[in-house]
Amino acid sequence: MQWETVIGLEVHAQLSTESKIFSGASTAFGAAPNAEACAVDLALPGVLPVLNRGAVERAIRFGLAVGAKVNSPSIFARKNYFYPDLPKGYQISQYELPVVEGGHIQLQIVQDGKEQEKIVRLVRAHLEEDAGKSLHEDFHGMSGIDLNRAGTPLLEIVSEPDMRSSVEAVAYAKTLHTLVRWIGICDGNMQEGSFRCDANVSVRLRGSDKLGTRCEIKNLNSFRFLEKAIDYEARRQIEILEDGGSIQQQTRLFDPEKGETRAMRSKEDAQDYRYFPDPDLLPLEISGNWIEEVKKGLPELPQQMRTRLEHDYGLSMYDALLLTADRDISEYYEAVVGKLPSDPKLCANWVMGEVSAYLNNEGRSFDVCPLSPAQLAQLLLRIKDGTISGKIAKDVFRQMWAQADAESISWKNREGVDEGLADRIIDSQGLRQISDSSALENLVYEVLAANPKSVEEFKAGKEKAFNALVGQVMKAARGKANPAQVNEILRKKLTE
Amino acid sequence: MLNASLKQLSAMLAARKISSVELTSEFLKRSRALNPEYNAFITLDERTSLAQAQAADILIGSGRGQPLTGIPIAQKDIFCTKGWLTTCGSKMLSNFISPYDAHVIGRFNAVGAVNIGKTNMDEFAMGSSNETSFYGPVKNPWDTAAVPGGSSGGSACAVAARMAPAATGTDTGGSIRQPAALCGISGLKPTYGLVSRYGMVAFASSLDQGGPMAKSAEDLALMLNVMAGFDARDSTSLEREPEDYTRDLEKPLDGLRIGLPKEYFVKEIDEDVARAVEAAIGQYRKLGAETVEVSLPNTKLSVPVYYVLAPAEASSNLSRFDGVRYGYRAPDYLDLNDMYRKTRAQGFGSEVKRRILIGTYVLSHGYYDAYYIQAQKLRRLMAQDFAEAFKQCDVIMGPTSPTVAFDLGERSSDPVQMYLSDAYTIAVNLAGLPAMSIPVGFGHKNRPVGLHIIGNYFAEAQMLNVAHQYQLESDWHTRMPKE
Repeated sequence: MQWETVIGLEVHAQLSTESKIFSGASTAFGAAPNAEACAVDLALPGVLPVLNRGAVERAIRFGLAVGAKVNSPSIFARKNYFYPDLPKGYQISQYELPVVEGGHIQLQIVQDGKEQEKIVRLVRAHLEEDAGKSLHEDFHGMSGIDLNRAGTPLLEIVSEPDMRSSVEAVAYAKTLHTLVRWIGICDGNMQEGSFRCDANVSVRLRGSDKLGTRCEIKNLNSFRFLEKAIDYEARRQIEILEDGGSIQQQTRLFDPEKGETRAMRSKEDAQDYRYFPDPDLLPLEISGNWIEEVKKGLPELPQQMRTRLEHDYGLSMYDALLLTADRDISEYYEAVVGKLPSDPKLCANWVMGEVSAYLNNEGRSFDVCPLSPAQLAQLLLRIKDGTISGKIAKDVFRQMWAQADAESISWKNREGVDEGLADRIIDSQGLRQISDSSALENLVYEVLAANPKSVEEFKAGKEKAFNALVGQVMKAARGKANPAQVNEILRKKLTE
Repeated sequence: MLNASLKQLSAMLAARKISSVELTSEFLKRSRALNPEYNAFITLDERTSLAQAQAADILIGSGRGQPLTGIPIAQKDIFCTKGWLTTCGSKMLSNFISPYDAHVIGRFNAVGAVNIGKTNMDEFAMGSSNETSFYGPVKNPWDTAAVPGGSSGGSACAVAARMAPAATGTDTGGSIRQPAALCGISGLKPTYGLVSRYGMVAFASSLDQGGPMAKSAEDLALMLNVMAGFDARDSTSLEREPEDYTRDLEKPLDGLRIGLPKEYFVKEIDEDVARAVEAAIGQYRKLGAETVEVSLPNTKLSVPVYYVLAPAEASSNLSRFDGVRYGYRAPDYLDLNDMYRKTRAQGFGSEVKRRILIGTYVLSHGYYDAYYIQAQKLRRLMAQDFAEAFKQCDVIMGPTSPTVAFDLGERSSDPVQMYLSDAYTIAVNLAGLPAMSIPVGFGHKNRPVGLHIIGNYFAEAQMLNVAHQYQLESDWHTRMPKE
């Protein structure tokens, strides 16, 4: 039988506000337990929530970026349940009227060299507060409660069950991850829990239009876990169905060490959260003016940029995807192309190649790349105008990197950048390609005279011999000869 | 001095005829003496009160005194008060020393008023007789066999017995007005959103409103001047220009249109109450007012609607009392759920539990639409009833309570009968309107009767004018119970 996996994702993106969604306490990660829990976060008697405008602004930004409807009014509701890390005994969330409704995410998937596009529709995105943390270790039979995270703003982004494989689910999660960072609403730090996924997984016979019973897998905090958990869960469900069993609707937890999901609670134990509108908060009204203002502040979105890179620059989908992986790369790349508009592909190769490799090696981001886009562009210009070969350029690049500003400030804010760095290195070390044809011709004569055997072989039809001769000329020129020119002269001389 | 108005006390303080320390000591002495019998205060703290009085004397001495500087005010124990035990009448908070001040407390502190103590109340403001308090019932100073009303019964008693010149209360379904009526004092519930709820322990958030309780309308106006005002920490607080609520006190009442809802004057009212209320309305006619019959057709639904919505909100608001972070925790328990169960079983009294159960039920899956949603719809209808009525009149009048104070224990085993004591006051909270109660005579067993005056939104100054003009012509509000 042919099974099809059906996946929908719920992503909790922590919004990058300085303070919490309903209190003035800081959201900074890593403080001493409860140091960032104020009276409101502790749910002292009599305290009241006040909505953080910054969180709403970020939700609007998201709604606009995914082409969704921004609801006005939207309603905050209380989700009631008891847990020690939930101080009020309810979580303030949105239920019936979320701030963002609909919208979609466009995916580009490059797998085994094949390029594929897909649209995943969104159901909604709503604002809510995070809970605190229960700490079960170190307390000898007791539990500790840390409420620093309590009240941290979250945007819960719910997709339709539009994905059909773990590859698609991961592509969706990554695209979303890029988007939320791109529009500056979430830092995307998965280790710190700023971007968490729950996956709803079901299987059905291919061709069926009915959804199977789903299981929800909670708290997948890496793309790898997401993929593994979905694959495991789909296999598990298929095995049950093929053995004639049926799927129980459950909430399951992924165990990264065993690579398995296990049941946490079943539908029967599902709590009745008794949602009702929070009387402490008025319906959230968002004016058309506010939406317009937010719209004006939105950058070009990754999807728009990808399309532009493919159409205007002639880049492949794969290149376009990599160059829009985050805004730092894309801005850097655009700045390089700005200085060297005649060859976006060469710029792309170097940004994704050398620059990316060197940065990765040092654990730095493009924003604080030691070489400015102008410095890189000058180097690339020298490849393009034939001053140096690509091979020499890599050596020059290495030296530029070593000499460049290693301070961790954004290249955008640097002053007095030495834009002539590449030229200085090339000149001071005499790395300019020999493109004077009489000088090259002399070299070619010398090589031909010194290698009669190769000449003979070539004349006997061995093309390989030609390459050997080119190599000899390059060697004689200590790498500085223009390879194309050497080729041309050599072939001319050999066929004369 | 015990019967002096706030204005008179303020003048005496400003003229240095008396110091705040002397005034505060006098009221503290009286409160200490009477409290064993009346049980109006949960906390009296002479040292703190006198320190505040000393500070007030310095303020007055430096010429920076304001109308309430140096005047002792009794605070309902629902207002979080920094450094003070703040119990809300519950065992659950019987060990809770608040680390912060409620907005209302902060406002009184800012003008240099003296906190003379925290008053007794029905547990979490749930009750109409003050019998649900963990700290025991408050007695009605006019007749200690009678209840003082609730939930602000301690405040009403304290003012009536002249243990404090004025007090604060909160009103979710009548909790300022009904005890004011039953104790023969004046009390005002402002328009919802006028007084910040920040630091006021929540019962039913969409209905709760703090307000003043005092001997007279003039005193209420001075109190409201301090209590009202925008507070960014309460999202339901209304951003409005500050008002002087004394500004219209002296206006004549010529041409005032008083609406008398036909649904209010029915056989359910006790005859003695009806007689006193009608006499007061007669007095208003003499003062130049005219009366018109109006209709509030959905009035009879106010009690059932209230007992869906208020418990629903309360069931959620009271979830934070779980024994985890502060307040009472059961001494012995097996695990987390057992801790929750025992803490809440032992920490809450039976009326609070009853309302948590009702609220949990009406919010449950499958019942929500039939109860909560339906009640919200009716709530809007009730507000429309008032809007219609106010097209024909300026204020609405009727009895505050259908009966005078009932006996202690008389209704405590019959919740429905108890809930009906708020039949006239509840609709006002559901609509968010301002309303007040002023004393207009005595009924059965010489127990006080209150007149209910309902105003349109933000008509506090007008209501106070209406009440004050009556009090210029009557002396009910200056009568003191015998000790």
